Amino acid sequence: MKLTVTTHEGYAAVRPVGRLTASGAPRLKQEVQKLIESGQPRIVVDLAETEFIDSSGLGALIGGLKAARVAEGDLRLASATDPVKSVLKLTSLDRVLKDYPTAEAAFGNE
Amino acid sequence: MSRRLILIRVLAGLVVLLGVNYITWRWLESINWEAWWIAVPLIVAETYSLIDTILFSTTMWRAKEREGPKSAPQGTVDVFITTYNEPVEMVMETARAAKRIAYPHETWILDDGDRTEMAAAARSAGLGYITRTADWQDKPRHAKAGNLNNALFETEGEFLLILDADQIPDPLILHRTLGYFADDPQVALVQTPQWFINVNEADPLGSQAPLFYGPIQQGKDGWNAAFFCGSNAVLRRESLMQLGIVGYVRDVEDSTQRTLRAAEKLLGREARRNQSVPEMHLELRELRQEVTRSRADISQAEPIAEVTYRLRAKIDAASRRLVDNDLATMADDLAAIESLPIQRDAELGTLVVNDVALDALAARELSPLGAVKSVAALLDALRVDRPDEAQPIQPLATISVTEDMATAMQLHGMGWRSVYHHEVLARGLAPEDLQTMLKQRLRWAQGTMQVFLRDNPLAKKGLSGGQRLMYFGTMWSYLSGFAALVYLAAPIIYLTLGVLPVTAWSVDFFARFIPYFLMNQLLFLVVARGIRTWRGQQYSLALFPVWIKACTSSFANVVFKKPLSFVVTRKDGRSGEGLPLREVWPQLTAIVLLVIAFVIGIIRVLVGAGDGTGTLVNTVWVGYDLAALSIIVQAIFYKGPAAYAEEPKGVT
Repeated sequence: MKLTVTTHEGYAAVRPVGRLTASGAPRLKQEVQKLIESGQPRIVVDLAETEFIDSSGLGALIGGLKAARVAEGDLRLASATDPVKSVLKLTSLDRVLKDYPTAEAAFGNE
Repeated sequence: MSRRLILIRVLAGLVVLLGVNYITWRWLESINWEAWWIAVPLIVAETYSLIDTILFSTTMWRAKEREGPKSAPQGTVDVFITTYNEPVEMVMETARAAKRIAYPHETWILDDGDRTEMAAAARSAGLGYITRTADWQDKPRHAKAGNLNNALFETEGEFLLILDADQIPDPLILHRTLGYFADDPQVALVQTPQWFINVNEADPLGSQAPLFYGPIQQGKDGWNAAFFCGSNAVLRRESLMQLGIVGYVRDVEDSTQRTLRAAEKLLGREARRNQSVPEMHLELRELRQEVTRSRADISQAEPIAEVTYRLRAKIDAASRRLVDNDLATMADDLAAIESLPIQRDAELGTLVVNDVALDALAARELSPLGAVKSVAALLDALRVDRPDEAQPIQPLATISVTEDMATAMQLHGMGWRSVYHHEVLARGLAPEDLQTMLKQRLRWAQGTMQVFLRDNPLAKKGLSGGQRLMYFGTMWSYLSGFAALVYLAAPIIYLTLGVLPVTAWSVDFFARFIPYFLMNQLLFLVVARGIRTWRGQQYSLALFPVWIKACTSSFANVVFKKPLSFVVTRKDGRSGEGLPLREVWPQLTAIVLLVIAFVIGIIRVLVGAGDGTGTLVNTVWVGYDLAALSIIVQAIFYKGPAAYAEEPKGVT
């Protein structure tokens, strides 16, 4: 898994490329932590190029959500691919986290 | 189907038929209603035992003897050695053996005692060392489940071998078990037996459980209900993490709905109270409408994180506006808000919203700002990042002090499968004295009853009928303490007072009872296949005070939130000095009463006051009770193992 981080007006985007599984989850968590520490707790995880996610990957997302909210920010998801959507549905995590159509739209209304 | 299984099924069928025949006759024809106070408890106890027999027969109906996995071992593995206070040297012996496991893996010591000498020993042996992260400070620790949950987020292997600190693994343990996960991608758990080496042939403490780690787990396995026993098992990380995610979502859904309902109530009340101050009344009413809307949004499947985030922003804005209007009355309120009606269950750390206290808070005369702030605080306590827990995701179940069975049942409920692999692949240490053994048994029984009360398998979604019965069967067997009381009291009452619980010790009685009894013993004999089960039978009666205490204390814990006193089993030999008479006074009392009853019974026959047949039946009965209870006397004087045990028979 490759991980790219970009900063934008009012938010930062983290983009996991490939498979987000147990081996990549700690890195995602670290990146989110780094962003928060650098003063950017408004984070979009852009899943447009994430081919697959397992429960450990989802765990990293929830861990990131916790860290972001504690820092009075938020962590949001965008452009999930079909396989990722189906995992979100299977675990019913879609009841908690919304999947925004694009990274720009995630914090678009604020 | 093997010939053995056919035989088991024939015998199981016969036992159930004969048992139903006997118990039906007992209920309809032979209860001595004049002595209902003992007759009714006895027939209830007998019915309890018949149900136990039926559940046992059901278990054995599908006994599954596996030959080992078909696939080659594959996947990445973390080996976890869990410790809390065991001696460093003992843990290191296990850890060094774990490092020598032939299949490639990483070995980790999970030290819940956070000991510097343990860390140093692990480092010098080149082993991984994990303690709780800073996140756990001031949060519920959830004992061993918490220790494992913490480590899950520090490691990344696809599979986890879990070992207690005393369980020395065989170098081939992973080679023999990993293939099952490749055979079937739905397999979440492979459990192997627990076998103790510090137990001699006589095993006075009944530590070996050859019937459980054998026919019973094999029987459960046939129904896809073999369960996790805390150690010597391999688990699939994905299944545990999935459990954690699903549990997280459920927890967030429940707590959010409850909090929003409470907030709505509070704001509604405050709005009414402030009708005289129009701008405050309006503000509070609008906020209440926001909460109502949020609840509706969530019911309409809007993601919870969105809804609570929006609501949070609105509440913050409202409280900023109110600050200007309302500074004077604030100080008083802060004290009240401090004591929010949200408490933690002392034992398990589950969050409990106390509805009575919540009503009391709502009834308090708060200023509008106070009201808004307390709503904000309520939302704070229960927001989506689960701030009450160290980790929002808790893969291993935390609803019970025995996390293993609870976790297995949740995995089964989600459609995962389990395997029982009948081969000793780790050897450990059993308690070496009566007190430690009694505490261990109590903990197991308490944990099982907590699951029974908190997550009843009969009502649990996702389990198959067979799985429900298998879990229920284990829980049912822990109710035996109450039946044991009756089985001890009935012959004493007959021999001393001559009171009959049945209408007569007649041919009708024996013709029904004896075939049922003998067939039951025969089934047991065939199932056990030469392994010794008498010790287990003795303890199932002789530990009746433990079983009763487990039932009452778990009931008090689950229903009245009273803490169980949690005990970690000592693995390093004996504890305490002197004879442990205080722990077993009920058993000793029973022995004395049985002997007195026996003597009085004989005297009554000699002086012509007692009935010959009745006395004979009851002295045999007293004899059985005494034979079973005698193990307690042996255990009191037990001084630890003289020689190490042989390998169990029938285990490859």
